[in-house]
Amino acid sequence: MTATGALNSSRLRASTIFPALVALVVLFGIPLTTDSFQTFQFANVAVFVVAILGLNLLTGYSGQISLGNGAFMAIGGYTTALLVARLGVPYALTIPLSGLLAAAAGVMIGIPALRLRGIYLALATFALALAVTPVLNNFDSFTGGHAGLNLNPAAPPFGLDLSNEQWLYFLCWAVAAILFLPARLLIGSRTGRAWMAIRDGETAATANGISISFYKTLAFGISAFYAGVAGSLQAVVLAYINPDSYSLTLSLSLLIGAVVGGLGSVWGPVLGGLVVVWLPYLAERAAGLHLGPLSFGGKPDIGFGILLLVLMYFAPAGLAGLAGRAWRWYRRLRRGSGGPADGESEMVEPEPVETAERQVEPDQMST
Amino acid sequence: MLLAASVIQSFAQQVVSGVASGAIYASLALALVLIYRAMDVANFAQGEMAMFATFVAYTLITQFHLPYLLAFVLTILLAFAGGVIVERAFVRPFEGAPVLTLVIVTLALFSIVNGLAGLIWGYVFKTFDSPFPARSVQVGGVFVGIQDLGVIAVTLVVLAVVFSFFRYTRLGLAMRAAALYPESSRLLGVRTSRMLALGWGLAAAVGAVSGMMVAPIVFLDPNMMQPVLLFAFAAAVLGGIESPVGSVIGGVIVGVLLALVGTYLPGGQNLRIPFGLIVIVAVLLFRPAGLFGRREMKRV
Repeated sequence: MTATGALNSSRLRASTIFPALVALVVLFGIPLTTDSFQTFQFANVAVFVVAILGLNLLTGYSGQISLGNGAFMAIGGYTTALLVARLGVPYALTIPLSGLLAAAAGVMIGIPALRLRGIYLALATFALALAVTPVLNNFDSFTGGHAGLNLNPAAPPFGLDLSNEQWLYFLCWAVAAILFLPARLLIGSRTGRAWMAIRDGETAATANGISISFYKTLAFGISAFYAGVAGSLQAVVLAYINPDSYSLTLSLSLLIGAVVGGLGSVWGPVLGGLVVVWLPYLAERAAGLHLGPLSFGGKPDIGFGILLLVLMYFAPAGLAGLAGRAWRWYRRLRRGSGGPADGESEMVEPEPVETAERQVEPDQMST
Repeated sequence: MLLAASVIQSFAQQVVSGVASGAIYASLALALVLIYRAMDVANFAQGEMAMFATFVAYTLITQFHLPYLLAFVLTILLAFAGGVIVERAFVRPFEGAPVLTLVIVTLALFSIVNGLAGLIWGYVFKTFDSPFPARSVQVGGVFVGIQDLGVIAVTLVVLAVVFSFFRYTRLGLAMRAAALYPESSRLLGVRTSRMLALGWGLAAAVGAVSGMMVAPIVFLDPNMMQPVLLFAFAAAVLGGIESPVGSVIGGVIVGVLLALVGTYLPGGQNLRIPFGLIVIVAVLLFRPAGLFGRREMKRV
């Protein structure tokens, strides 16, 4: 079912174009209507959208759990920071370079990861996430250690009449939009179908002639490329970088964003980025308003945890899955109670998390 | 000659303190293995649950002025109850879900428990007094901290209790059966779901011991268990993640290796966590079943 869904959605259709238009209007509207702090926050959203796009390809589509994509962000961030701060390279040039270096690291991690699946991959990438900060601190003569590295704030080029925040906003969202497209195309391509086949059953995928090792390693490389670019953008946006920014929390918030947005959904990463950046801020505001248990004393961790549990239970396909469900319900309502019209099934976006859950475990079949 | 003797002595001291930290990793690794055997998932919240229990012990000792031993026992009982409640409330709805879902659920618990501890006790480092005197005794020419010996002794007692529980009681037998052959056990009248809850309780209790043992060594704060969890994972993977005996031996090996890395490598303290990563990846690459695990077979 997933494969046919991807086949249909690879063609551009109204259901893709309409949200894209809305997204475009909203994107240009935000920096014109918000204050500089909010614009800055929305630039951060774009950073996380890029990183979560990559994680979604890896975990949502190829089915490999990674708790360590923050490590690839660290590679991207430090590539940019070191090149800009030490060698004076223009930061725009460092963005693709960061992505490529992170991708190389991703392939290197992807090769041993081939032999690890499920829980073991989660363990190894968890260890990777924890290892980043001490490694960066250890080589402090190179990385600047605890004190971190300062970058000059990125000013708008070509004499554009924009504030710094607005420029960062447009830069980040432009990169996010540019990277969204290949992700979208990949999902509908041969590669995307191979990933989903591997995710839904490795043995069956092998039997159909899919090279497991090639596609799994490719997924790690591409995912790391996205994370590297995101790390680079983040360094540019914050104009400061230090090892403690790459703690376990960062890797966890990437996974939270991917899951909350909707693993294996096209628009999920955008929703995930919004939640990951704005929820902590709103949680702190809520603490200031004394909303009692609702505010959790401004501890976003508690809010994130509860959100995850609730979503995993009621809507394993995340916010994107919920939105898709609401959209289909609305369509059905509008068409009256005459049952699903033809073409309805084509509208169904793949909801892999749900399909994965209905898989029968092999050992259950044998008993 | 004298130099050589002092080198050997300091090496021996490092090994002993490595065994002591290894005993702490072993307790947490045992907790992880208990849950892994029961439901095929690594509990990423295990360390945080242990941290929370340690804060409870801290409160019992500093606020309620209970003697250490009483607080210790009470904390273990509370941790057991807490583990059972967490399983019933948060994990049971996901029984039989795919690995990714379960990993995310335990990560959600990780966030919640960590945030709750920060909310209740704050992020200021606290000292947690050790029940053991800070003196050393000389054993065969080597100075050994009583603290280290105490930690090893406590861990041995915990292990003995857990092993005799599984080996000699009907309940332990039922739990082992439920973990290994859930379908057959259910047919024989074992309440497998209830056994899972007991397993979580037991794991939380064992984990609490590791938290209370590690707190006097590092400072008590909501993030104190994260490296310990990583080393416990390394220990469990090294020993074979299905083998309780393996996890204990793995813990001791990891503890000694880390003590030596921390002492003899330049910048060793920073490299302890990356070293844990290397152990995990190396074991999984070269001996995926660990030292004592069975090779994984899969029916197609």
